[in-house]
Amino acid sequence: MENKGPRILVIDDEQQIRRFLRVSLTSHGFDVKDVETGQEGLDEVARFRPDVVILDLGLPDIDGQDVVRMLREWSKVPIIILSAKAQEFDKIAALDSGADDYVTKPFSMGELLARIRASLRHTISTSEEPILKFDDLSIDFALRHVKIGKTEVKLTPTEYDLVKHLAVNAGKVLTHQYLLRTVWGSTHEDDNQYIRVYMRQLRRKLEKDPSRPRHIISEPGVGYRLL
Amino acid sequence: MTKEKRIDPDELLASLEKEGLGKLAIFLGAAAGVGKTYAMLDLARDKLSEGMDVVVGLVETHGRAETEAMLKGLPIIPTKPQDYKGKTFYEMDLDAILARRPQIVLVDELAHTNVIGSRHKKRYMDVQELLAAGINVYTTLNIQHLETLNDIVAQITGVTVRETVPDQILETASQIKLIDIPPEELIQRLKDGKIYGAGQATEALQKFFRPGNINALRELSLRYTAKKVDRQLECYMRVNGIAGPWPTGEKVLVCISASPFSAMLIRIAKRMATSQNVEWLAVHVEPHLHRLPRNEATRDAMAKNLRLAETLGAEIIALTGDDVAGEILELAIKRNVSQIIIGKPSHTPFWSIIHGSVVDKVIRHSHGISIHVIPGSQQEAGQNCQPTTEKVKGKSADSVRWRSLTAIPYLASIIMMILISLIIIPIRYFLGPVNISMLFLLPVLVSAARWGRFPAVITAIVGVISFDFFFVPPIFSFTVVDMRYLISFPIFILVALMTGTLSDRLKNQVKYSRQRASRVSALYALSRDIAAVDKLDAVLESIVNNVAGTLEGQVVLLLPDENDRLVLQKDSGVNNFLNDSELAVASWVFDRRQKAGKGTETLGAAAALYMPLSTEQQGAQGVLGIRFNESEAQFDPERIRLLEAFVGLSAMAINRIKLAEQARQALSLVESERLRTALFNSLSHDLRTPLASIIGAVTGLIEDQNVVYSPEARHDLLQIILNGAERMNRFVSNLLDMARLESGMLKLKKDWCDLQDVIGVAVNRLGDLLTNRPLDIKVQPNLPLVQADCVLIEQVLVNLLDNALKYSKQGSKIVVTTQQKGKQLETTVANQGEDIPDPDLSKIFDKFYRLNSPLQVSGTGLGLAICKGIIEVHGGEIWAKNNRLGGVTITFTLPLSNKSMEEVPVMNKGV
Repeated sequence: MENKGPRILVIDDEQQIRRFLRVSLTSHGFDVKDVETGQEGLDEVARFRPDVVILDLGLPDIDGQDVVRMLREWSKVPIIILSAKAQEFDKIAALDSGADDYVTKPFSMGELLARIRASLRHTISTSEEPILKFDDLSIDFALRHVKIGKTEVKLTPTEYDLVKHLAVNAGKVLTHQYLLRTVWGSTHEDDNQYIRVYMRQLRRKLEKDPSRPRHIISEPGVGYRLL
Repeated sequence: MTKEKRIDPDELLASLEKEGLGKLAIFLGAAAGVGKTYAMLDLARDKLSEGMDVVVGLVETHGRAETEAMLKGLPIIPTKPQDYKGKTFYEMDLDAILARRPQIVLVDELAHTNVIGSRHKKRYMDVQELLAAGINVYTTLNIQHLETLNDIVAQITGVTVRETVPDQILETASQIKLIDIPPEELIQRLKDGKIYGAGQATEALQKFFRPGNINALRELSLRYTAKKVDRQLECYMRVNGIAGPWPTGEKVLVCISASPFSAMLIRIAKRMATSQNVEWLAVHVEPHLHRLPRNEATRDAMAKNLRLAETLGAEIIALTGDDVAGEILELAIKRNVSQIIIGKPSHTPFWSIIHGSVVDKVIRHSHGISIHVIPGSQQEAGQNCQPTTEKVKGKSADSVRWRSLTAIPYLASIIMMILISLIIIPIRYFLGPVNISMLFLLPVLVSAARWGRFPAVITAIVGVISFDFFFVPPIFSFTVVDMRYLISFPIFILVALMTGTLSDRLKNQVKYSRQRASRVSALYALSRDIAAVDKLDAVLESIVNNVAGTLEGQVVLLLPDENDRLVLQKDSGVNNFLNDSELAVASWVFDRRQKAGKGTETLGAAAALYMPLSTEQQGAQGVLGIRFNESEAQFDPERIRLLEAFVGLSAMAINRIKLAEQARQALSLVESERLRTALFNSLSHDLRTPLASIIGAVTGLIEDQNVVYSPEARHDLLQIILNGAERMNRFVSNLLDMARLESGMLKLKKDWCDLQDVIGVAVNRLGDLLTNRPLDIKVQPNLPLVQADCVLIEQVLVNLLDNALKYSKQGSKIVVTTQQKGKQLETTVANQGEDIPDPDLSKIFDKFYRLNSPLQVSGTGLGLAICKGIIEVHGGEIWAKNNRLGGVTITFTLPLSNKSMEEVPVMNKGV
C-alpha cells in the first residue's frame, strides 16, 4: 500500500463540498474519504481510522455537536468543524464538546490547510520542545522566558500561563471558556472581561502594533489562537 | 365676459343633491274638504295599477265615505299605537315604512303634530326622514298650515292655526298639485255632510266656511302655487346659467324679542325676503343687564321666536349692547341691509321720552335704509328688540333676589347711619344743616356703590329718619316744622336710587363680560389643546373635559367602531345616563347628521342632548352627548351656540387625526414600495453581474480544449472567478444581515468587548484590500470594555472600513480612532476622498442608497444601513460628517455600562 499521506475523513451532506474537498485535498497529498451522514461518519471513523475529521455542522441525521460528543467518547481524533456564518453558538458548543478547530463557509483552501496542519501537529509537549519560536516571538518553557527578538518581555504569571496554553496549542483556536477554565479555574468560566483585559495587556507587550496583531489572533465570539 | 350666463354653483349642487332623495308631491288645498286626500288616493291607485310599489303610511278619512272607498286595494302599513297620559294614539309607523322601502308612500296631513314619545315632534320631519331614505312621498296640506301665511290666514278667517309647516318643505317639493273647487261647491258639500258629520256642520259653516273666507283662501292658494311655478322657473334658469335678474345682495333685517309680536314680524320679513329674493337676518339685541336667570316664560318665548326665524331660513345674529338702535344700525350698514322691519311700540310717549324710543332712533339714523314699522295688535306689549318687560317696572327681580340674600348690607347701612349721626351730633352747630345733609349722603353713596340699589334706598330712608330725628328741629322727634326739609328727603332717595342702579348695572356688566370672556377662553383653550395633539385618545380626553367643564354637564363621546356602530369612547368621568335607548338616539343622530335629544324637536324625551360631529366632506365622525347639570340649560341659545362651536372644533380635530393616520399609512406604503423595487433591482443586478464574470471565465477555462490560455491568463481568469464569487458572497451576507435586522430576529449576544481587539480583527479581515493604504489606528490607553455583540461590531467596522476604502483613492490614508466620551464609547473611521453633500449625510444610511460618485463603486448600498441597524439595536448612534481631510468621517457610539468591572484576580491556579 502506498503511503498516501495523512488520512482525512470528510463528513458533509453537500455533494459539491465533498467533491471539491476530495479533489483539493487529494491533490495536496492527503488520503481522503467522504461520507454523507453523521452515522456513516461515526462508523467510518472506526473503520478508516483518519488522522483528521472534517465535520459539517448541518448534517441531516445527527446534530453536529452530538457527533462530536459521541466521537469524543472513544476517540481523540482531531475534528475540524465546517460551519456557516452566524452559527457562533453552535460553533462554540461544538468546540467545547471537543472539536479542535473550525472554518466558516465559504472558506479558502489555504485556511483549511492551515487548520489541518495545526490539528495534525499534536499538542506540543513542553519537555520535548522546550523552546517554541513564532517569527520574532520565542517562548522558553524551561526558563519561563518570553522574548521578542532578543529582548525579554516581563510577563505576570497569569499572562505567561495564557501564552503558554496558546503556544502549546499553536495554530488551534482556544475558546474563551477553555482559557478561563484552565487559567483561572472553572468557577470563572463566564467572566469574559478577564480574558479581554489580559489579552490587551499581552498584545501591548508582545505585538509590534497592538492594533494589528500578528501573533495573538482574536476570533470574535469564539476565542483566540496563536500563530 | 359671460357674467350673465354664470351658472350658480350652489343651485347646481342643490339640484344634484336632490337626486338621491325621494320626491315629495304635495296635494295643496284652500280648506278642508276640497278633496285633497281623495285626489291623492286616486293618483296612488293609478300608480299601483302601473305596477309601482305604493303603500299607505297614514290616511285620515275623517269618516268620509268616498275617501274610505278609495282606500280599498291599497296596501296599508299599520299605525303604531303610542300611549300618552293614559290615552292611546295611533301614529304613523316610521320605522316600518323605512324597513319596507316602498317606491311611494302616502302620508296624509303634513302639518300634524306627533304625540309626545314619537321620534319627531312633527309629521313633516318624519316625511323628511322618508325622503332622505330615498322614498317618494305623497302628502296633503291646507294653505293655512304654511308658516309664512299663518298670520294672513288668521287675519282672513279670524282663526289662528297652530300646526304649521315651514315653507321650506314646499320649496323642496318636486310637485305641488293644487286641488281647487269653487266656493259654492265647497259650501254645498259641507251642507251635504260630505265633509263633516251632521252636528258639527253649522258651527263650522258660520265660523269658517263663509264665502268671503273661502274665496280669500282660494286666492291665497292660487297665488302661492303661481309663485312656486315662478320660482321653479327661476331656479331652472339659474341652474342652466340662463340670464335673468340676479339677487343684488341686499338684505332684509328684522328685530325680534321675546314678545309674540315678533313672530308676526318674522313672517313678514320672510315674505319680503322671498319676494325680493334676498337673504334676511333676524337680530336680537341683549342689553348687558340681563343674562340667563330671566324668568322662564320670557326665555321660552325668545327661544321660540329664534327657532321660528331659523326654521324660516333667517341668519340669526345676537348682539349685546345698551344702545339697541345703534347696534342694529351698525349691523345693518355692515351687512348691506336695505330694509329693516321693526315693530311699532305701543307704550306711551312718556315712556319713550324717558327711555328713548328705539324706533325713532333707528329712523333718524337710518341713512338710506328703508325702515318698515309694523303696528302690533292690542294684545302685545309691543317691546321691540328688548327682551323683557322688566325694565318698565322700577326694580329688577334679579337684584331683589340676589341682594335680599343677606342682611349684612342693611345692618351695615343702619350702623353707618347711626355712627355718622353720633359723630355729627357734637359738631352740629359748627357744621350747619347744609353740611350735615351732605355728610348724610356719604353712607348712601357708599351703600349704593357697595351693595346696590335696594340697600342704598334703605340707607337713604334710614338717613332721612336720622336726619329728621337728630337734626331737624324739633330735634329728637319725627315731626318736621320747616317744610323745606321735605325737599331733601326725596332727593336723598333719588340719589340712592340712581347711584344704586348704576352700581347694579355696572356689576352686572362686569359679571356678564367675565362670563362671556370665560366662555371664549374655554373655546380657545380647547382649540389650543387639540391643535397640536396627535393621539386620538388625548384629543378625546381634551374635548370631553373642556366641554364638561365649561358647559357644566356630563359629556359622552361616541365614535364608530370598525362595524360603523357607535361605541362609547370617552366620558367626562361621571356618566349615569347612557343606556341602550340613549345609545339608540345617538345612533340616529349619527346616521342623520342632525342633532336630537333633550331640548330639540326630535326625540325630545331623551335624557341628554346629542350633537353630530361632522365635517363638510367627510360626514359624521361621531356623536357628542351632553347632559347639562342645570335642567334648563339646553334652552340657553348662547350655551347651545358655544356647544356648537365646541362640536365643530372637535369634529375637525378628530377628522384631522384620522386623515393624519391615513396619510401616514399611505406614506409607509409608498416607502415599502420603494424598498421592494430597489431590492428587486439590486438583486437582479448585483447577483447577475458577478455571475456573468464567473460563468464567462469558467466556461472559458473548461472549454479550453486547445489550451489557448497561458498560465498567467489562467491565473487571471481564476482570480476573476474568485472575485466574482466573493462579491456574491458579500452581497448575500449583506442581504441576510439586513433581513435579520429588519425581522427583529437578531439576538444580541452581549459580552465584554475590547474595541481594540475588534478593530484588529476587522482590519485583518479586509486583508489585501488594505495594501497600499496607510492605516492609522488610535486607541485611547485604558479604553474601557464595552458590553456589546463583538461579532456584530466587527461587522460594523468591516463595513465602515470597506466603505472608506471604496470612496477614496488608492494610496490615501484611513484613520480609525476609539475613545471614551462621557458615558459612551466613540469610534470613528475617516477617509480622505470625496466629501458628501450635506443633505445626503443622513441619507447614506438608508437602505439601497448609493451616492453618485465619480469613482466606480460597486456595492449594494446596504453596508451602512446594516451598520446603522446594528448600532441602534445596541442603543448607540451613528452619523457621518465631512472632515477636514477632505473626506468623510463616520462616527458611532456605544453606551458604556454602569457595571463597574470587578477587579480581575491574579491567576489562582498554577501550572
